[in-house]
Amino acid sequence: MPFKTAQIRLVSSHSEVYEPCDDSFALVDALLADRSNLIEHKPKFCMEVGCGSGYVITSLALLLGHEFHGIHYFATDTNPHAVRVTRETMEAHGVHAELISTDIASGLEKRLAGLVDIMVVNPPYVPTPEDEVGREGIISAWAGGEDGRSVIDRILPVADNLLSRKGWLYLVTLESNHPLQLCLQMRERGYASRIVVQRSTDEESLHIIKFWRNFDKE
Amino acid sequence: MRLLTHNMLSSNVKGVTNGFPLGIEVEKVVEKQVELSADFLINIFSKIEWKALVDASRAVGYAELPDQADASMLDSDEFLRKFHHALLELHLEEGALLCPETGRRFPVNKGIPNMLLHEDEV
Repeated sequence: MPFKTAQIRLVSSHSEVYEPCDDSFALVDALLADRSNLIEHKPKFCMEVGCGSGYVITSLALLLGHEFHGIHYFATDTNPHAVRVTRETMEAHGVHAELISTDIASGLEKRLAGLVDIMVVNPPYVPTPEDEVGREGIISAWAGGEDGRSVIDRILPVADNLLSRKGWLYLVTLESNHPLQLCLQMRERGYASRIVVQRSTDEESLHIIKFWRNFDKE
Repeated sequence: MRLLTHNMLSSNVKGVTNGFPLGIEVEKVVEKQVELSADFLINIFSKIEWKALVDASRAVGYAELPDQADASMLDSDEFLRKFHHALLELHLEEGALLCPETGRRFPVNKGIPNMLLHEDEV
């Protein structure tokens, strides 16, 4: 398995599924940069919420070395086309994740609570009118409602529930999502955070944030 | 869908209190070999609902798991192999999962369970 990350030519596509873009690449860059830490972390379960084309979960599986080391992957998406496309992308790269069509982690929350060691999320973060949130099709890939926070704010408590004691969350955000405020909110839940990748394009300023449980607080 | 995943899924229908384990309707099962990691199996054992795994494996045609298991059995290579096989190598490709309380069907296609609820079920 010579690939370190997913190859675009092997990533499957569909008209209603979000294609890998700057935000996907930035998230994978963050994971690549943290690779030795991730491997040392010895995660058991890794999960992506909102897998889209499968580019990120595939890259994560490749860069960690899938399955041989007892690492297992889950990925979810509310868009049924996305889940199918992800399956094709993973198959093309020779990696495997358990895929579930669901809203965030609905159905998994009770049993998988406290078991996820790595969670990666590239959420719908674009500020849009509220009524665009949760619509079917490709719009669900970006429509984030007020300040682009509607879906992010639903994901964070789920992440808090699923993450293990040593769990790490990597989250893609925009400047418009008020990332510093987000970090403060997560601090209330007992998480430390760091902006691991910052990338500005003409249109947007991306912040990839890494969260982990802070046990140092006395 | 592996039986590991089945062991981690419960019914998300609103108001359901007893949503685990989901019943299994089998149409197509595929076996895919994968390398055994004793570390993983030993680690995950305490989180697995054993009866649910036994019943699920029987539903997909594998009857080798003992009715009961405890951690001391993890010392046995033979037990580990059976545990590994049931948990990770049997895939429900086509079929459905069933809410034990409401009977609601969650289809499984190409190995992917669909847990998306309709608006009136949320």
